[in-house]
Amino acid sequence: MNIAEQTGRRRLAVGREAGDRRRVWPWPRVTLAALAAVACAAPFLLTPYRVFQLTMILVYGIALLGLNLVVGQSGQISLGHGAFLAVGAYTSAVATGPLGLPYPVVLPLSALLSFGLGLALGLPALRLRGAYLAVVTLAIAVVVPPVIKRFGAVTGGSMGLSASVPSAPPWSGLADDQWLYLLVLAVAAAALAAARNLLASRSGRALAAIRENPAAAEVLGVRIAAHRTLVFAWSAMYAGVAGTLYAWVVGFVSPDSFTVTLSIVLLAAAVVGGPDSPAGPLLGAVFLTFVPAAAQGAGDAAPGLVAGLVIVIVVCAAPAGLAGLLRMAAGAVARRLGRE
Amino acid sequence: MRGTGAQAARRTRARALAAAAALALVLPLGGCRLAGQDGVVRTGPCAGQQSTGITRDAVKVGGVYPLSGPASAYGAIAAGVRAYFGYVNAGGGVDGRRIEFVVRDDGYQPARAVEEVRRLVELDEVFAVFQTVGTPSTAAVRDYAARRRVPQVFVATGASRWGTDTAHPWTIGYQPSYVAEARVYAQHLKETAPQATVAVLYQNDDFGRDLRDGFADAVRDSGVRIVAEQSYEVTDPGVQGQLANLASSGADVLLSVTTPKFAAQAFAVDAAVTSWNPVHIVNSVAVSPAVMASVEAGKIREIVSAVYQKNAADPEWADDPAVGAYRESLLRYAPEADPASQQAMFGWTAAQAFVKALQRMECPTREGLRAAVHRLDEVPVDTLLPGITLSTGPGDGFPIESMMLARFEEGRWTSFGEVVDTRAVFGPVRTASAG
Repeated sequence: MNIAEQTGRRRLAVGREAGDRRRVWPWPRVTLAALAAVACAAPFLLTPYRVFQLTMILVYGIALLGLNLVVGQSGQISLGHGAFLAVGAYTSAVATGPLGLPYPVVLPLSALLSFGLGLALGLPALRLRGAYLAVVTLAIAVVVPPVIKRFGAVTGGSMGLSASVPSAPPWSGLADDQWLYLLVLAVAAAALAAARNLLASRSGRALAAIRENPAAAEVLGVRIAAHRTLVFAWSAMYAGVAGTLYAWVVGFVSPDSFTVTLSIVLLAAAVVGGPDSPAGPLLGAVFLTFVPAAAQGAGDAAPGLVAGLVIVIVVCAAPAGLAGLLRMAAGAVARRLGRE
Repeated sequence: MRGTGAQAARRTRARALAAAAALALVLPLGGCRLAGQDGVVRTGPCAGQQSTGITRDAVKVGGVYPLSGPASAYGAIAAGVRAYFGYVNAGGGVDGRRIEFVVRDDGYQPARAVEEVRRLVELDEVFAVFQTVGTPSTAAVRDYAARRRVPQVFVATGASRWGTDTAHPWTIGYQPSYVAEARVYAQHLKETAPQATVAVLYQNDDFGRDLRDGFADAVRDSGVRIVAEQSYEVTDPGVQGQLANLASSGADVLLSVTTPKFAAQAFAVDAAVTSWNPVHIVNSVAVSPAVMASVEAGKIREIVSAVYQKNAADPEWADDPAVGAYRESLLRYAPEADPASQQAMFGWTAAQAFVKALQRMECPTREGLRAAVHRLDEVPVDTLLPGITLSTGPGDGFPIESMMLARFEEGRWTSFGEVVDTRAVFGPVRTASAG
């Protein structure tokens, strides 16, 4: 009997467990290369609005990637990631607007700021467990919009703030939306690579150990609070970066864009996408972007209803999320091919 | 899991090479795009202007309205607009062009308004954005409109900045600005109660501050004084506490600068407090049939507001042909809307103004529309009150600047006094609020 069964948790992803004989998709590199090629070609083939939608998917994907570090890797629940998104977005809007800083400076600045904030909040919050952390992070999400409104002189209050949009440099010959898409794509690729490196590192293994059996991990000398705090800060940084990109893409930030609902929807999207998989954030972001827009045609209250139904169905029928479904499908195809 | 160091290094190098090759392939493609070219007029006097969304026999127009969310009462504006466009199409369209009207919901969230307008402009390829509702949503969209050079005309908000802002020439307001409305109330008080003390309840955003500041400006150097002020956030549950504080000032007049939900609460508290009986001035955006139906008329001394369009519920206009056409069309094209609603009438009237602007375009282009809305000379609209017309010009981006006072009596609004032309009395609006 392995640890996963003892603790009543789902099995780990294919290939992450010793002695796992499940079939895996045989051409991961080719698939990844093909996806990368499609991602690079997309802005030249699609209409500006579709490019914008793809950009939004990548932005939410980065935020969900960060959230997955907390939810999927460290097994905690955060209901406050919308707040870090707000921090990143407002940092960008204020820094490029009133302060007049150039774009390349803003991204590391907001990454640093949200990392610091995540660390500061994580220190007390992550000594708490389970539901208590969810409540503390929920409080963060609730507090941020009123705070933004209170400091109207800097943030524009409830009226929001126009964020200037990076325009394509003349030498590239790109349209603005194409440039923005490629910029976000590059950040997303870097974010994905960084997350994979983090998980393959010592602290990644420590996190997996903490998630599967905290007591055993502690006995082995893993400092639980330190690791959890650090991963929470990393996760906040991802959300902050996503917030900055959001401000660049939408060109406008307002407190109403970062309500507690956003935090909850992000968590739902992480679960629907699949919290413990590299494809999960992207699928979650697709869910986040397309389901409400598609459901709007069906009626006024439809987006909420449809989103709720999808969440319930996914959680019941595919506990590993859409990414889990994809993995099962890939495994089935691989098995079929293997037999022939 | 991992290969040896040398293998990994080789693989990384190969991957970097592949990425560089992909970039080198992609970059020369820059600028070219296989889909989504905008239409441009090629020849004639209008050469070089954008003709997206307009053809010889159709014009596509997009509007973003709060059909859901806290301000969904303003969704009725869309019904009024739809009814008027239906009425125009039944009569052969505008200069032979059928109007196709695409409505999207922003839930009164500015960021969603930006997304929806993007969808309208880039995916549906509309000719112009008519309208956006609310100051936050409009402010959020106008940068995009200016960047894409898409007209955002006759927005449904009275913030004074639409008319004074030269950096956003593609955005223009419609209704009397909040400053103009504040001036009408100030003028009324100066004439009828020159020594009045005023308590102000206002929504703490651009809308509320615009009207409050306009009022404070207009009563400066007169006997009318503001003796108490209380603000609330649009997300607050109620304004009972604020009203209690204002009541303790004992002012002669209560100026309620609110949106419908809070206006109704202010009326309820005013009616409940028997020790304080001020003249209750309520701004026009708060007036809706639902709000007024909840008012306990006997318990409030006097309710005053300002109006500029005909009221379909008023018997004075029962036989008016313009109002008759409005009622009939609303029943046919938007049966779910209440004809008595000021919002539906607002949509109908604004749509009529929009059609007049379309008729005045010299070029059937976005540039042509932009020029037309900035060159209106006393254009009549049959559902505006007699004596009120649309006028704009160079340096004047406010189509309507005249209003009339109305009193709420026996369950309906009755206008009184003369039409106040605030431009003539106070001069042009100069102050733009921050941002």
